[in-house]
Amino acid sequence: MKPILLHPDDNVLVLAEPITAGQAIEIDGAPVIPPQDVAVGHKIARRALSVGDKVLKYGAPIGSMTAAAQIGAHVHMHNMKSDYIASHTRLATGGEDPGR
Amino acid sequence: MSGIQGYLRADGRKGIRNVVAVAYLVECAHHVARAIVTKTDDSDVHLIGFPGCFPNAYALKVMQAIGTHPNIGGVLLISLGCESFNREALRAAIEASGRPVETLVIQENGGTASTIEKGRQAVARLKALAGQTPVAPMDISELVIGTICGGSDGTSGITANPAVGRAFDRLGAAGAACVFEETGELVGCETIMAHRAITPELGVELEASVRKAEAYYTVMGYGSFAPGNAEGGLTTQEEKSMGAYSKSGSAPIVGILKPGDQPPSGGLYLLDVVPDGEVRFGFPNISDNAEIVELIACGAHLTLFTTGRGSVVGSAISPVIKVCANPETYRKLSGDMDVDAGRIMEGRGTLNEVGDEIFDLVLAVAGGRRTVSEALGHQEFILTYKAFDPIGPACLPLRRAS
Repeated sequence: MKPILLHPDDNVLVLAEPITAGQAIEIDGAPVIPPQDVAVGHKIARRALSVGDKVLKYGAPIGSMTAAAQIGAHVHMHNMKSDYIASHTRLATGGEDPGR
Repeated sequence: MSGIQGYLRADGRKGIRNVVAVAYLVECAHHVARAIVTKTDDSDVHLIGFPGCFPNAYALKVMQAIGTHPNIGGVLLISLGCESFNREALRAAIEASGRPVETLVIQENGGTASTIEKGRQAVARLKALAGQTPVAPMDISELVIGTICGGSDGTSGITANPAVGRAFDRLGAAGAACVFEETGELVGCETIMAHRAITPELGVELEASVRKAEAYYTVMGYGSFAPGNAEGGLTTQEEKSMGAYSKSGSAPIVGILKPGDQPPSGGLYLLDVVPDGEVRFGFPNISDNAEIVELIACGAHLTLFTTGRGSVVGSAISPVIKVCANPETYRKLSGDMDVDAGRIMEGRGTLNEVGDEIFDLVLAVAGGRRTVSEALGHQEFILTYKAFDPIGPACLPLRRAS
């Protein structure tokens, strides 16, 4: 299984099919054991990422790391954030003052 | 030659459908209008309307633009009677376009049952008049095509959106006006987008429109980002934006429109959907359907709708072509999709092949073929309160010498 590299500068890859923890995938020609299951369309780290690193996809910054990720690890809301407007989940209340 | 036969309206515009619209002018008239449409049971009689009782210049402009849309063959206005909506101004605009229009005021027509019955007779008269509309050959350059994404996920920006971008490049090269939108979903793309403007002044306006969207959404506290986007692998607004932006293809951007503005020429336009001024009436677009209505108000004959999670919607007035980005979604919802762009993910097709398929389908649908959502009877329509300033002088291309 080879994840999709959208731009040569990117430090994340996009999954064209789901991956399973412990089952080897190929990243830049080398085998990598992913630490968790990740679904289609989601991102994994192309290389080890540290807190504060800009996440690059399509060759453009799409946010910053808030926690470290090892190569092959899922990169998503638990370890990165927007540099513009915070994302929300269904737990959001739509309350009167979200900035409070 | 496109082979398309359009409906030639009295104002010279050409449509690809011949729809009679029944429009309620306040929520209080919604039931009567819906009953007229339901009892008429005709796939080319559509329900549209505006729910509010307070006046709103934007809502009037959009309703005037839709009442005179090239796909419209006639309009029945359903008014309660005491609402603020300026039914005379709406009727006058439709009349001036040469389209048949009738008004029924419920308070002056004996109430619910009587107005429904009179409305059915009015629709029959309007259908008969619309049926006399002459047809004429229609070139690709006479088409206005909108695009929108909804229920985006991590596949959207890789398959369906760039495939629509390829189709947009071909349609624009053939002279069609192509309109992409949702400045809130372009946050993060403003700089690269500005470089595609045909003039530096337009580039400044493009960047300003996205900055306005970012400021507006920041006050609202949410980006144009739904929980399903995250479940599908998108993490941030700017990541979603990069994928959404690829729907615009690679052509130069020739202008900016606001809802209800008509593109004065072919080429690629950005539709700025975020209100001007202070934040007043809530979220810019409360759902995808509101964006589709605004594209139609800009004259879109049809809309290319890309989806990853699986939107099922269509629209009143102008057909929606559904382009499915995610192959797993396509397998689950193939009965709601027109194009399987997710096959690109699985190596069963290329971006160019899917782009060509979309281009061909646009011509087929313009020629009369029903889209999947059309055949299923989807006629979503929603219009809410907004406020806009007119577009600035840098927003439109110089008019072509005729």
